[in-house]
Amino acid sequence: MSAHSTYDTLRHLADSWGLLAMLLVFLVLVAWPFRPGARAKNHQAATMIFKDENDG
Amino acid sequence: MVTVLARAGLWLAVLFLAVIGVALAADGGFAIHMGIVALAALIALWFTIGGADYSAIARGVLKMPDEGKYDDDPVRWGVIATVFWGMAGFAAGLFIALQLTWPVLDLEPYLNFGRLRPLHTSAVIFAFGGNALIATSFYVVQRTCRARLAFPGLARFVFWGYQLFIVLAATGYLLGVTQSKEYAEPEWYVDWWLTIVWVCYLVVFAGTIIKRSEPHIYVANWFYLAFILTVAMLHVVNNLDVPVSFFGSKSYPLFGGVQGALVQWWYGHNAVGFFLTAGFLAMMYYFVPKQAERPIYSYRLSIIHFWSLIFLYIWAGPHHLHYTALPDWAQTLGMVFSVMLWMPSWGGMINGLMTLNGAWDKVRTDPIIRMMVMALAFYGMSTFEGPLMSVKSVNSLSHYTDWTIGHVHSGALGWNGMITFGAIYYLVPRLWGRQRLYSLRMVNWHFWLATVGIVFYAASMWVAGIMQGLMWREYGPDGYLVNAFADTVAALHPMYALRAFGGLLYLSGAVILVVNVWATILGKLREEAPMRDAAYDPAADKPILATA
Repeated sequence: MSAHSTYDTLRHLADSWGLLAMLLVFLVLVAWPFRPGARAKNHQAATMIFKDENDG
Repeated sequence: MVTVLARAGLWLAVLFLAVIGVALAADGGFAIHMGIVALAALIALWFTIGGADYSAIARGVLKMPDEGKYDDDPVRWGVIATVFWGMAGFAAGLFIALQLTWPVLDLEPYLNFGRLRPLHTSAVIFAFGGNALIATSFYVVQRTCRARLAFPGLARFVFWGYQLFIVLAATGYLLGVTQSKEYAEPEWYVDWWLTIVWVCYLVVFAGTIIKRSEPHIYVANWFYLAFILTVAMLHVVNNLDVPVSFFGSKSYPLFGGVQGALVQWWYGHNAVGFFLTAGFLAMMYYFVPKQAERPIYSYRLSIIHFWSLIFLYIWAGPHHLHYTALPDWAQTLGMVFSVMLWMPSWGGMINGLMTLNGAWDKVRTDPIIRMMVMALAFYGMSTFEGPLMSVKSVNSLSHYTDWTIGHVHSGALGWNGMITFGAIYYLVPRLWGRQRLYSLRMVNWHFWLATVGIVFYAASMWVAGIMQGLMWREYGPDGYLVNAFADTVAALHPMYALRAFGGLLYLSGAVILVVNVWATILGKLREEAPMRDAAYDPAADKPILATA
């Protein structure tokens, strides 16, 4: 494979399947804290930094 | 005994290699640097041999750290180092601002502008900011994992190794040892040293997360981990150099031409994105809720903030290379991702500010919270200004002008500086077991001096930058440029003087920080009126008598 065709192949991979894969991974990661039942876990995570103030 | 011997042997080997380096050095800068390394290895050797508890070793007692206590020594050293390097970096900044205003101050060759400018940027970003990040990350990761720091010896090596990196970088700039890449000036052997230190930093940080007692990893640690991992990747790729000689300071980069420029600005912009943004956001996500005594406004938003920042920032670098030999599509890609970055940035700012929802009175009564709120406000302002300046048509006016300098400083002084000061004021009484800070009123003075200083800095640089941009592109009716470059320099003079004045105010605020931190560590408490109290007039506090 010549240098140019390597570049060409990688470029087309990057702006098609690569882009789609990254977008899907991103959407899953962002949607994750909105999954059912996450509310309590989020609250717990947000307030855990105050535990050291009252567990003596 | 075996470990003491092994460590002492390692430092002795470093010492020998450094002495050989001095003897065979191809240039003076390398010889001086190897001398510094030899001195550092000698000090490390001294403490390894002198610091070991031989009676305990003889009795066969293995001294184990008390797992029931947090390991705060490296954090304490880090806070002191942050304050020390901060003063050095701010003072260097003021001096180079004065050099630009009055070039007579340009002291050749060691203290000229060209050598002091990277000294200033590295001192404030890597020495002041880096120490703040290492110290706060060691503090926060222990508190949020409810576990003692992993690998205590390695943690101490990270701290002192990082200081050696700073000393080598700073002395190198003054001696003219540089690879001339912005924010990546240190030469190849200093890069190698930083890589070793950084990998140890990752091991200590990740090791502490692995031994955590809390099931969930708090979001601040996500930001710290992203900062450590990404900076490691950026640093290694941007510093793939071939040294001319293993006994000389000069090296040449692997990438040349436009590829080299793209790698440099991929590094440069992500140094801003992951060192100055992700790392400091980690500080924000811990210290703002702690000081406000309220949980972060939305934990979900913090997760969205995190992933959006990670996925978008890494593509924004090409906006530093608009209208260059870089392919047009790459420039446009950099611009589009920079504009998209505006959203997660403001999401993060809103998340931080709304944490004060229901406790906004603290902005009036607590100067530390006020500092943190100002930091978030500047985070918002500079993350709006940045995407704006990355748009090609705006960039054609702003690039190469002082507008860029103003933008960087509203982010660095406003966001990074203010959030670090807030974290220092939070940490010092807790780390040294003091009842409170020496003086809250001095924090208030620091706040106002810093804020007014930034206003002078940013406003003068906006005017200077836009004026420069417009003067450079002004054509007369005959089709010739109206202004010579020297005309624009002369026109800038008053703006440069105002900028230096802003820097003086900011430095004065930092002097107050030094006094306050020093007195707090000594355990002094300043007797002063509280910041705010409800009104009370004893003369009027009595029943009204019926008058005859």
